[in-house]
Amino acid sequence: MKINTDTTWAYKIQHLGWGLVILIGVVASVGFLSLYSAAGGNIDPWASKQMVRFAVGVGGMFIVALIDVRWWYRLAYPMYLGALALLVIVEIMGHVGMGAQRWINLGFIQLQPSEVMKIAVVVALAKYFHAATPADMKSIRFLLPAAFLIMLPVGLVLLQPDLGTSLMIIMAGITMFFLSGAPIWMFLLGGGLVLASLPLAWMFMHDYQKQRVMTFLNPESDPLGSGYHITQSKIALGSGGMDGKGFLQGTQSRLNFLPEKQTDFIFTLWAEEWGFMGGVFLLAILGAIFVYGASVSLKCRHAFGRLMAMGLTVNFSLYVFINIGMVMGLLPVVGAPLPLVSYGGTSMLAALFGFGLILSCNVYRDSKLPRM
Amino acid sequence: MLDNDKDRSKSFSRRAFVVGAAQGALLTVLGGRLAWLQIVQGRKYETLSDKNRINTKMVAPSRGEIVDRFGVPLAVNNQNFRVLIIPEQAEDLEQSLKNLARLVDLSDNRVQKILKESQKSSSFVPLEVTDSLDWDEVAKIEVNMTDLPGMSIDEGEIRNYPFEEATGHLIGYVGAVNKAELEDGDNVLSLPGFRIGKTGIEKAFDKPLRGAAGNSQMEVNVIGREVRELGADKSKDGERVALSIDAELQRYVQQRLSEEKSASAVIMDSQTGAIYAMASHPSFDPNLFIRGIDTERWQDLLSNPAFPLNNKAISGQYPPGSTFKMVTAMAALEGGFSSKNTSVKCTGYYEYGADRYYCWKRGGHGTVNLLTSLMKSCDTYYYKLCTEVGIDNIAKMARRLGLGQRYNFDLREERPGLIPDKEWKLARESKPWRPGETIIASIGQGYMLTTPLQLAVMTSRLVNGGRAVEPWLVGYLGHKNLHPEGNWPSIGLNQNHLKSIKRGMDLVVDHKDGTAHSSQIEEPDMKMGGKTGTAQVKRLSRADRLKGLKNEDVQWKLRDHALFVGYAPMDNPRYVCSVVVEHGGGGSSVAAPIAKDILTMAQKRNPASTKIKVS
Repeated sequence: MKINTDTTWAYKIQHLGWGLVILIGVVASVGFLSLYSAAGGNIDPWASKQMVRFAVGVGGMFIVALIDVRWWYRLAYPMYLGALALLVIVEIMGHVGMGAQRWINLGFIQLQPSEVMKIAVVVALAKYFHAATPADMKSIRFLLPAAFLIMLPVGLVLLQPDLGTSLMIIMAGITMFFLSGAPIWMFLLGGGLVLASLPLAWMFMHDYQKQRVMTFLNPESDPLGSGYHITQSKIALGSGGMDGKGFLQGTQSRLNFLPEKQTDFIFTLWAEEWGFMGGVFLLAILGAIFVYGASVSLKCRHAFGRLMAMGLTVNFSLYVFINIGMVMGLLPVVGAPLPLVSYGGTSMLAALFGFGLILSCNVYRDSKLPRM
Repeated sequence: MLDNDKDRSKSFSRRAFVVGAAQGALLTVLGGRLAWLQIVQGRKYETLSDKNRINTKMVAPSRGEIVDRFGVPLAVNNQNFRVLIIPEQAEDLEQSLKNLARLVDLSDNRVQKILKESQKSSSFVPLEVTDSLDWDEVAKIEVNMTDLPGMSIDEGEIRNYPFEEATGHLIGYVGAVNKAELEDGDNVLSLPGFRIGKTGIEKAFDKPLRGAAGNSQMEVNVIGREVRELGADKSKDGERVALSIDAELQRYVQQRLSEEKSASAVIMDSQTGAIYAMASHPSFDPNLFIRGIDTERWQDLLSNPAFPLNNKAISGQYPPGSTFKMVTAMAALEGGFSSKNTSVKCTGYYEYGADRYYCWKRGGHGTVNLLTSLMKSCDTYYYKLCTEVGIDNIAKMARRLGLGQRYNFDLREERPGLIPDKEWKLARESKPWRPGETIIASIGQGYMLTTPLQLAVMTSRLVNGGRAVEPWLVGYLGHKNLHPEGNWPSIGLNQNHLKSIKRGMDLVVDHKDGTAHSSQIEEPDMKMGGKTGTAQVKRLSRADRLKGLKNEDVQWKLRDHALFVGYAPMDNPRYVCSVVVEHGGGGSSVAAPIAKDILTMAQKRNPASTKIKVS
């Protein structure tokens, strides 16, 4: 395998996919404004740190983008194994936070291996399905190892326990199967099995998870307890109205009625202050990012790139749907951040890493990858 | 291979399109949900958001002042520092209170009461711990604030009555709101430590005196701390109440009565009905109730046989005795049963059927007519007269003159008294009226009961030309004149009859044989007229009489009441007074001198010459 260097750096930079970079910048700026507001009109403590992380992350994203996609093809399994190892480590010596073991403290950052794994599993599956023939896709023997690629990290993440992330990994994995051309009957069967096993899953859920599901189903039943988050978030959103309460004027967030306003509920803060206009604006930008990711995928000449770009785009969109669906009371509170917007290092870096890979697909869309 | 690649690419594109469509659908769902929350239900959530952040606090109004006719304050608000505690902010309520007890006077009893109260109300509702702190105590508490979690010092107002005992009954006092009173629905009552009128003017005019609470809208954060004030509707202070009272005269009357064990008096304007002074002795200092009265003093007030808590001027009910003779005489004159010149021979008693009714004067008054019967207060004259007139005519006249009824005026403690007639007796005792009872009633004894205020009204109507004057105390409520000077309607009595009766009353004081001659006022333009009365509480038996038993020998509670109704100046009566000395003995020797003194003082001060000052 030979790595082509047949294009100039200037050409690569020119064709990086600046449209996506600008969209990412806009979304991140929504985050900066919201964090500035969350701190009561103060750049500290959140907005400043977030901007530094973003700067660092964007630098990393460019590097990732400029690395030939063939390198990523080669690194796919090692990266997956590395993430798996981190998950094991966090299981063994992870710190306890929010009632679940999720972090490895690297000093400068609280590394969340499950975030790395969400990307690694997509990349690994992209590689696995890269050279698959239609016949392969109908063969259980071929698909089973891929299923293991998904179930292994899911099992570890469930142990943490982090139901939300496990579900996201599963959904991303299923999307990869779907995009790779797995037969439709498998998804129907799978869906049926999931529905059938829901009662069993309920039995294995932790009390706090059950509680969250229950309050999701009827948040008003316990407005000062577990339903408090959802109720207050809905009040904040609704009271924003069409034009919002104005920048720095969100009473629900400023007076702390809104919990976790700088992390999981940052969309609420944004839509409270900027109203329906602001909320729809952010949704539109996010939608544009999905479209951009899909277009990168479709323009890619190799299956690995197509799968990875689309898979990572779906991955990102899952974050968006889960977070925003949650703050609007459409989904149970699972504790998922809004990537690029919520305060937090890991989710920001993971998202930018993912976008770096998408951009890499864009830059190296014509690269020739080996076929097995 | 290439075909295979193309197929895969096509299949991928199809499937990617499906995934993209799903993403688009989900984004649309989010947008739709956002529109539902923010546009369709925006109003509802805006209200909820305001409910979250806006805490409406009531602002206490100042209670209206009560002043006398010259604007002299009778009830005012003094600055008051008190300590409030919010139970939820005190880590340990009991400990906080104990710490406070080391700094200021706070009884165990009070501590227990607060602890009990705290269990009844929500933990964020401030409770009053103690009040009327002075500056030193406030400073001590301020310094030790760290040991007193949950406590705060609140600057409020406390009611003060500068005239103390002199206006105890008249003005009344305020006190904490009780459960039944809370039901009146006024939100101001739920303010911590709010006081409500309990007696006197404070009670009768409580609503206008209260004012209306204001609202202050505070923005609060999630833990309830106030962040800033959003706006406030000012509270509306209570109305100022300007009384017809002359505070100095009031004080004088109170003092004059305090020479007796138990007495009450009313001075009013015979023309307008304005009350210039109304006193009842013994009295109490209403400020005691404001600061919190101790059990011992409270027991003293309750157990005192002279009932210091009662305003006897309006709630004391006494047989009118001889002060009732004008009524009997007027009933006879108006009914045509007698004339000015009708005369009766008094031999010291009157025989009716088998019974003998004695005149107070042993040996009798000889021949008496209307004027001399009043002047000398001859009983026999009325015994004779009333048998013809009948009780029902007498009772009717009594009522026309204002007896036996409540005026529903400016005080609630008023009692109606009792004017008996045949119907009443039948209803009450299911027995017919006996003629002998008419004889007793004709001199204001028997069932008959009147209040000092009623006697003053009766006298006013007799000397003002027969107009139906009614008493009042409150001249102005704020700027509103409650009693624009107007003529009271006539009660339809013959002017000549009225003149005759008044002449008789003039002679009671003015004539050397009058029963109150010794109490005459020397100054020619201040002369007093009136009528004495001595109301029996226990009838001395004939045996006692023969033994020469005197009133002074009887147990206090069984002694006669001394009464006097008077007016001055004699020729053009403006001031009317009634005096009742409970168990005081004779009207002429005990009550008349008091009336002389207070009518003299009233004429000297002449409050009638000054209109009530409007604010």
